[in-house]
Amino acid sequence: MKYLIKNARIIDPSNNFDKVADLLIEDGKIAKIEADIKAKDAKIIDASGLVCAPGFIDLHTHLREPGFEGKETIFSGTRSAAKGGYTTVCMMPNTNPTVDNIQTVKLVKEIIKKDALVNVQIVAAATLARKGETLTDYIALKKEGVAALSDDGSPVENTEVMRQVLIEAARAGLPVASHAEDLKLAKNGVMNDGFISSKLGLNGISNASEYKAIEREIAVAKETKTPLHICHISTKESCELIKKAKADGIKITAEATPHHFTLTEKECEDFSGNTKMNPPLRSQGDAEAVKQALKDGTLDAIATDHAPHAPHEKEVEFDLALFGIIGLETAFPLAYQTLVESGLITLNKLIELMSVNPAKIFKIPGGNLAVGSKADIVLLDLNKEWIYSKDEILSSSRNTPYIGRKMKGSPAHTFVSGRHIFKEGQINEEF
Amino acid sequence: MTDKFIWTKKDLLGIEYLSAAEIEHILDTAASFKEVSTRDIKKVPALRGKTAANLFYEPSTRTRVSFEVAEKRLSCDVINMDMKASSVLKGETLADTGRNLEALKIDVFIIRHTYAGAANVLSKFVKGSVINAGDGKHEHPTQALLDMYTLREKFGKIKGLNVAIIGDISHSRVARSNIWGLRKLGANVVLCAPEIILPKYAREFGVKVTSNIDEALKDAHAINVLRMQFERDDIKSFPTPSEYFKNYGITKERLKKCRPDIVVMHPGPMNRGLEISSDVADGKNSVILEQVTNGIAVRMAVLFLTITAKRGENEILN
Amino acid sequence: MEKVIQTADAIEKTLQRMAYEIMEKHESVDNIVFVGIRTRGVYLAKRLKEKFDKAASKNAPIGELDITLYRDDLSQIADAPVIKATTINFDINGKNIILTDDVLYTGRTIRAALTELADFGRPASIELAVLIDRGHRELPISANYIGKSVPTSRKEFIQVKLKEEDKEDIVILGERNDR
Repeated sequence: MKYLIKNARIIDPSNNFDKVADLLIEDGKIAKIEADIKAKDAKIIDASGLVCAPGFIDLHTHLREPGFEGKETIFSGTRSAAKGGYTTVCMMPNTNPTVDNIQTVKLVKEIIKKDALVNVQIVAAATLARKGETLTDYIALKKEGVAALSDDGSPVENTEVMRQVLIEAARAGLPVASHAEDLKLAKNGVMNDGFISSKLGLNGISNASEYKAIEREIAVAKETKTPLHICHISTKESCELIKKAKADGIKITAEATPHHFTLTEKECEDFSGNTKMNPPLRSQGDAEAVKQALKDGTLDAIATDHAPHAPHEKEVEFDLALFGIIGLETAFPLAYQTLVESGLITLNKLIELMSVNPAKIFKIPGGNLAVGSKADIVLLDLNKEWIYSKDEILSSSRNTPYIGRKMKGSPAHTFVSGRHIFKEGQINEEF
Repeated sequence: MTDKFIWTKKDLLGIEYLSAAEIEHILDTAASFKEVSTRDIKKVPALRGKTAANLFYEPSTRTRVSFEVAEKRLSCDVINMDMKASSVLKGETLADTGRNLEALKIDVFIIRHTYAGAANVLSKFVKGSVINAGDGKHEHPTQALLDMYTLREKFGKIKGLNVAIIGDISHSRVARSNIWGLRKLGANVVLCAPEIILPKYAREFGVKVTSNIDEALKDAHAINVLRMQFERDDIKSFPTPSEYFKNYGITKERLKKCRPDIVVMHPGPMNRGLEISSDVADGKNSVILEQVTNGIAVRMAVLFLTITAKRGENEILN
Repeated sequence: MEKVIQTADAIEKTLQRMAYEIMEKHESVDNIVFVGIRTRGVYLAKRLKEKFDKAASKNAPIGELDITLYRDDLSQIADAPVIKATTINFDINGKNIILTDDVLYTGRTIRAALTELADFGRPASIELAVLIDRGHRELPISANYIGKSVPTSRKEFIQVKLKEEDKEDIVILGERNDR
């Protein structure tokens, strides 16, 4: 199938391209980008007023399959991704069984082949059962096509083990993503530590529980001279540490989630389980610091930490609710409203944060519109305004604090390898 | 006191959510209800045909009995549920418990829970009224209301009173509810405890904080003595019970340095000889038993107001 | 359209007459007590008592009744009324109670008052004194002492204003303007 996208504002930050033109998709690849392309047999998509960008890449997605299909499946999660303008998601290994061996990787690849609507990159566990003790077989995992390593959800507490993880991962050519958290400092906390947690009578999670762990990660990365990616940054102090580490030439990259720069701890005041996540929603000052860090390049990427949970895991006492919210379908509008519409960063910069940089960090395909590359594309309608509702959610789960929020800016079409999988707000199941 | 006060809140989840006028209205209403308990027939038909479910996820004889007496004096039917023994162990969520009880046409839920915010969560899933009877470290609104009622009875008004709250404030829902209420009604509040058990963010409540008991008691019109729980495992370097009594216990000697009309309150159950000495607990300044009596009137008022609240469009999830 | 049914002077004379009637009707006035129904029944009971005391050289006990908690329409009324205390600081057993209210209409208030009084004991008798009887009874209740009977339609309203509460003494008949 040939597609001709007409009159879109094409933004490809990797190639410094930003103008209104046409884009031709042929054999699943980007065939041509020019003004006024003629192609008789191509299906024409009038994209006047839309922005055409490389499809988004999420470095941090929990697809829950295998093992937790009641929360999400690779089928439902990738449809949710397509609606959010994502053409690639990187799935975290905290499934059941844990993705820490090649048999499980093979099993996951089978499901991906059968059910996935967008590209799914597999992040394997850095240590067996994510226990932070014994390293998994990086060479074999790499050979099986794994994109990166992470024990996400748990930190690697033992510094010596972390040192080995970084050295061995570098040898195997695999990026490492760290969930940096000092469990002794976080203790039994359930929300940000501060006056609000104190008045609500909830146990707090201090900023230190994050930045103390990041301090260690920076030290290990410095010592081993290997790259390290740090997940979901939520505090001001973390941003300062990373900024300094980068200035010192340490190979640190880092991501932030939309909820950490659009919401604050105040959301927890009604004890809704949908405001509980780890790291927790922080203070206004922290949210501002994360925004500034995205602007000044301290933080490299926006990742969703899409973490689906079933209603019965959230409609409970705050202490008992599971951590995490879904995020694939709301990431772009939230980031667009908060960062671009407010004038903090340009749209081009946002595309870098959501597509270009994630591809670079995990060294995976995508993130550009180079002629000849796979046609992983998103068309964005920046003027669309709507109220986010439960009924529109494509994820199997509904655990989001954004229901009822006024949104602006929405993916209108998504192409993966030239397949038109998301069309005018609807999933196209013909593929 | 005006003739018209339109009460609109179907739930009582915490004192933080009430205005000063609403608190005063509850106290005024309680004053009228107090008379009912002095009659030969201690019962009025106000809530006849209504059903209350007392959901106690945490053992509490006093609060449960007080609510039950209040319910019965209003002719409300009462269902007592020991939640530890029932569905909780079977893994039923709070939302499901609420929905199931709602199907039994319960009008008011009184909930006591180990976890903060349990009453807030329950209120999102039921149409009936929800009254918080103590949730974790969060709030214990009816206790604070009966404390304020007792103070108002003694001093005529709350505004301008100096009230000292002594003890394990960081773990105390009684302290939190009292702080909100006393501040809203214009009292000056001072919190006093050993440094280690003072909440980190206490000053942000708009109160004075000290570890010096003499400073706290100086000029105080009233002291609220909290129950000390030394068995808590999350505090390591805690003072020993005898050390605590020596430095913070409310004794006759300490009271000698206070205003002669100082009022001593305790939410119960007391640890005699630990946070309070027996001669103070039973002495002329103590209003501890009056608090228990007033608790009935205050809970009757809260039950009556929440059940007969003029409701708007209450948002119910699912 | 509003019409004055009773002036201050008329109210005063009516209450005086009612006080005499109460005396005449009772062979012994020793056990007579007054109980007013909140709000305006309380003031009328006080005035009746004063006139009665003067005429009978007594000091009859007086109590106040708040019948809100005994109403049969609690869940239906739009504005939750402010609850005030019932104060009966004497034993009502064996007494002749003169229950007093401003207007007798459906009879439901009196029904509630009778139920509440029963919770305080067993009086020898209860008699009802009202300033205005406007008809339209929904229960088998009638007054023993009536200031004035006023035939009304349900569309009309009777407003009794008393100095203690409303700065003036007057009874008005008016038409309800339904919004």
